[in-house]
Amino acid sequence: MPLIYPRESNAAHAPRLSPDYKSTIKRAPTKQLIVMPHTLSELTGPVYGHETVREHDHDLTIQHESEPLGERIFVHGHVRDEDGRGVPDTLVEIWQANACGRYIHVGDQHPAPIDPNFTGAGRARTGAQGYYKFITVKPGAYPWGNHYNAWRPAHIHFSVFGHSFISRIVTQMYFPGDPLFAHDPIFNSVTDEKARLRMVSTFDLENTQPDWALCYRFDIVLRGRNATPLDSDDD
Amino acid sequence: MMTKITPSQTVGPYFRYGLTPVGAYAWNDAFSNDLLTPDVSGERIRIVGRVFDGDGNAVPDSMLEIWQADAQGRFVNSQDTRGVPNSAFKGFGRCGTNPHGEFSFHTVKPGSVPRPKGKPQAPHIVMAVFARGMTRQTMTRIYFEGDAANAADPILALVPDERRSTLIASKENGAATYRFDVHLQGDNETVFFDL
Repeated sequence: MPLIYPRESNAAHAPRLSPDYKSTIKRAPTKQLIVMPHTLSELTGPVYGHETVREHDHDLTIQHESEPLGERIFVHGHVRDEDGRGVPDTLVEIWQANACGRYIHVGDQHPAPIDPNFTGAGRARTGAQGYYKFITVKPGAYPWGNHYNAWRPAHIHFSVFGHSFISRIVTQMYFPGDPLFAHDPIFNSVTDEKARLRMVSTFDLENTQPDWALCYRFDIVLRGRNATPLDSDDD
Repeated sequence: MMTKITPSQTVGPYFRYGLTPVGAYAWNDAFSNDLLTPDVSGERIRIVGRVFDGDGNAVPDSMLEIWQADAQGRFVNSQDTRGVPNSAFKGFGRCGTNPHGEFSFHTVKPGSVPRPKGKPQAPHIVMAVFARGMTRQTMTRIYFEGDAANAADPILALVPDERRSTLIASKENGAATYRFDVHLQGDNETVFFDL
């Protein structure tokens, strides 16, 4: 089914220049972006078969000899379009710090321990209704150099494809009630409060597994809605 | 019922072990910078470039993704209803920049792609640029030096003359290598599109 991608939806995003997040100052475009119609090149996007995601890629707790340390959690939800329809068969990639707030990345020099049983990367493919699920550990907060005493709230990075190259998004999922929200310029680069809260997962007691793992729900909404002839803005 | 989209957040500095590990981490790559398949037809090319910030410094922690048609101008996607490509070529690639801000892709030169009313677009590759310090990806296009179709391309025509060259990959030494540098800011700032 052809989808359209209204530009107004982009209002949810952070400004590209967000000076409190200092790295944007030398990396945000300074010239006017060129408005262009959506052509077949943008309205299509990569499609992957089952070979891209292996059977246990969604479980970050069984990638090594032993279990990682930390609070075991489920993170699940639906990927949907702007009409609320599930986006099936799309790739969801995640990466995150370990329970101590340390990334396995060689560039992370935060003096918190590396967990030899945790890489922190996973991927999943949504089902027919857009549903995905990961098993992981809750990441820790960690310091960064943006300003004095800067700490990132605990988060999991998400990368999602969707129906087209326009719907592609990279974002971060946060945990409810984090006291660092008010102090984080990346979280607050999204200026609209309602939009910001869409990046915060909800605690899901119903799907929490007794004696095993807490559950958080994170639904992701991608650009794209049903096309009607009146809505076409292309030639 | 309309629902509102999830906002983007920066890819950050630490995406490499999850998205572009290339053997350095205990994780496998879903994608690479080599789009070629043994059965693909068309002119095999290499695209090389560097990413620079507003101070002219190389950006060592950016990620480029490309999406393109095959040499016959067809996309491997159900929205393209003009027929199924006859090879395993997928048309998508991903590459993280190295400490010098360099990236490269191995692919085929795409064919021309129609617009909805059939007017052709010149051969081009869509590119998304992600990086620490970018709240979301910026979108640009790679066109090819010397392609006669560039002159009539409807998207290039939207770009002011003096900036158009930032979208055209230059041929290096006559070989099948094209250079496409990305300037996030500055006098030579790459043209980015509002989509």
